[in-house]
Amino acid sequence: MTAVATLEDVTMRFRSTTAVDGVTARIEEGTITGLLGRNGAGKTTLMQLLTGHRVPTSGRLRVFGARPYENDDVLRRICFVKEGQRYPDAFRVKDAVEAASWLHPDWDDDLAGSLLDEFELPLRRPVRRLSRGMTSAVGIVIGLASRAPLTIFDEPYLGLDAVARQLFYDRLIADYTEHPRTVVISTHLIEEIGDLLEHVLIIDRGRLLLTQDADSLRDRALTVSGPADRVAAFGRSREVLHAESLGGYRRAVVRHGGEQDAVAARALGLAVEPTSLQQLVVALSRATAAASGRTDTSPRLEEVS
Amino acid sequence: MIEDGGPIFRQVAAEIENSIVDGSLPEESQAPSSNELAAFHRINPATAAKGLNQLVADGVLYKRRGVGMFVATGAREQLLKRRRSDFADQYVRPLMTEARKLGIATRELAAMIDRWEEQR
Repeated sequence: MTAVATLEDVTMRFRSTTAVDGVTARIEEGTITGLLGRNGAGKTTLMQLLTGHRVPTSGRLRVFGARPYENDDVLRRICFVKEGQRYPDAFRVKDAVEAASWLHPDWDDDLAGSLLDEFELPLRRPVRRLSRGMTSAVGIVIGLASRAPLTIFDEPYLGLDAVARQLFYDRLIADYTEHPRTVVISTHLIEEIGDLLEHVLIIDRGRLLLTQDADSLRDRALTVSGPADRVAAFGRSREVLHAESLGGYRRAVVRHGGEQDAVAARALGLAVEPTSLQQLVVALSRATAAASGRTDTSPRLEEVS
Repeated sequence: MIEDGGPIFRQVAAEIENSIVDGSLPEESQAPSSNELAAFHRINPATAAKGLNQLVADGVLYKRRGVGMFVATGAREQLLKRRRSDFADQYVRPLMTEARKLGIATRELAAMIDRWEEQR
């Protein structure tokens, strides 16, 4: 596969904080990649780096083979839909959309028109007088209609209701299928969007915890529950990412070692369930938080290349 | 998508297998395309394609270049055979585990099955 973007040991420091900490990753061409993590994990900063809004403090960053910062040749091919995008005060919805159409060479006017209809956006209303959800919808219309080779959505659905979010997912899949391109979406609505993703980057405290094919992640961890002593016995020879107890009942998220694990757990009389992407992200974030709280700082997650 | 049971590509494959087994997708008929599956289940097209390719690798579907994927002749029989051999593991084992937990003897269990047959 070809990478649209490569990051090698990329770090972004602000005065006292390290927002992105030595991230090495690739974003493959023609995939929908999810950038997952908690608030403040560094998702937005990473997107700002990819889109040339910031220059990394150190490390090597290439987008379409070149440095994105102040590089028109690269930036023309990117559409960045920012969370809380601001527009000039006088801009009406139609002005915002029209301005975007000039910036993106692959822009599709028909698609923009049908999306504006479907999201029921009032064309003549100033953007600053739109509700939070409607402002998000304007960003979604622009992001999809841009058909930019690299389209980046930062928390694109804030304030959108369930119906409008579903519309976004449906239109994204439909248009992406017909016009393959690279899409990066940051989100914490992991459950909703997980199935749309082909690849996942999980970051926590500026560090990349994991980069993997989204579907194989589903096979990654197992949730077992049952009598506490038996769950503990099962966890002894395995990596437990997270566990909680209620009286004598215990539930543990365990790194999946293969089909034999589920069989072994069932043989112990434990209930076995697959772990959703969201549960896995939570478990991994907690596991690293716990690990970094200890004096030995050896990372517990070795996936990171 | 369908249920939260393991990788989606496997669920996609299992769902098509079900349609073949229950006869709603007859042999030599055209299977849904990866794009149709993606739109219907709201999943990534690459994941849907992986499910279809799994079925091609298993000999359940075959590709007709430029047309799409079709159900192979003999696919239903092949799937039935595999499902029958998986039956003990998937259904009998949990049944026995639960029966043991409740102190139901195997003979009692057999009697229950007989009674269930009669009541139908």
